[in-house]
Amino acid sequence: MAARISFDDVEVGQELPSRSFPVTRADLVRYAGASGDFNPIHWNEKFAKEVGLPDVIAHGMFTMAEAVRVATDWAGDPGALVEYGVRFTKPVVVPNDDEGAVIEVGGKIGAKDDEARTVRVDLLVKSAGQKVLGMSRAVIRLA
Amino acid sequence: MALDQSFVGRTYPATDPYEVGREKIREFAEAVGDAHPAYTDPEAAKALGHPDVIAPPTFVFAITFRAAERVVQDPQLGLDYSRVVHGDQKFAYSRPVRAGDRLSVTSTIESIKSMAGNDLVSVRGDVHDEHGEHVVTAYTMLVARAAEEA
Repeated sequence: MAARISFDDVEVGQELPSRSFPVTRADLVRYAGASGDFNPIHWNEKFAKEVGLPDVIAHGMFTMAEAVRVATDWAGDPGALVEYGVRFTKPVVVPNDDEGAVIEVGGKIGAKDDEARTVRVDLLVKSAGQKVLGMSRAVIRLA
Repeated sequence: MALDQSFVGRTYPATDPYEVGREKIREFAEAVGDAHPAYTDPEAAKALGHPDVIAPPTFVFAITFRAAERVVQDPQLGLDYSRVVHGDQKFAYSRPVRAGDRLSVTSTIESIKSMAGNDLVSVRGDVHDEHGEHVVTAYTMLVARAAEEA
């Protein structure tokens, strides 16, 4: 589609602007409604603890949605995304207070494909000092 | 109990079409806090070359996951669904999902593995629009945790 960044202007190893995304219990309730994922581990503390979690955790797909914005906002067009994959390694624990948790996302160019004019953005996604997504990679077609 | 390997390669019939609405896209974009105008403003989407507003990249999961659930809840497969957690997720896009799309998902079991007592099931969901055009393929790996770990 129409990414604003030119393929020729990008180098492997280049860092993308990092971002912080706050997440509260209210965000999780709203995401549950919008996505249709009403698993109680994302809103019911008692239930979450009964199944062995430390507390309510964010939907993995919520974290995945936040993380990719480092790549799509940088490129300018979310429709330029060709591929996006993650591994859910650690849950994002969201305490029941006004502050909640913070998802911190950094990104850098991991590879370039000259033929397809795509770049692979490697995302580093952490919360409370721990890596929460592994193998988090977005492939974007640039102008 | 090891799962039945004969399920690998099994394809399930296409789901009934899901019609993607502009307001549903808006609701989802707001829920993930993503204010990109291509999700809500048709003119902004057109300026980027899209015929209508597009959905955020992970929006389609709500549709593909429902299709994958039908597979992993297949009583013949025998997965303990109460122990299932999301392991990996990947999307490969031919184009973004957009308002007005009528999307059907065809699910295929790609692999079944056992690792340290956990059962790992990989499901591929191929998403096509009403014209048969490929839109996106979702690769979902679900882990049914070993019972003794609960």
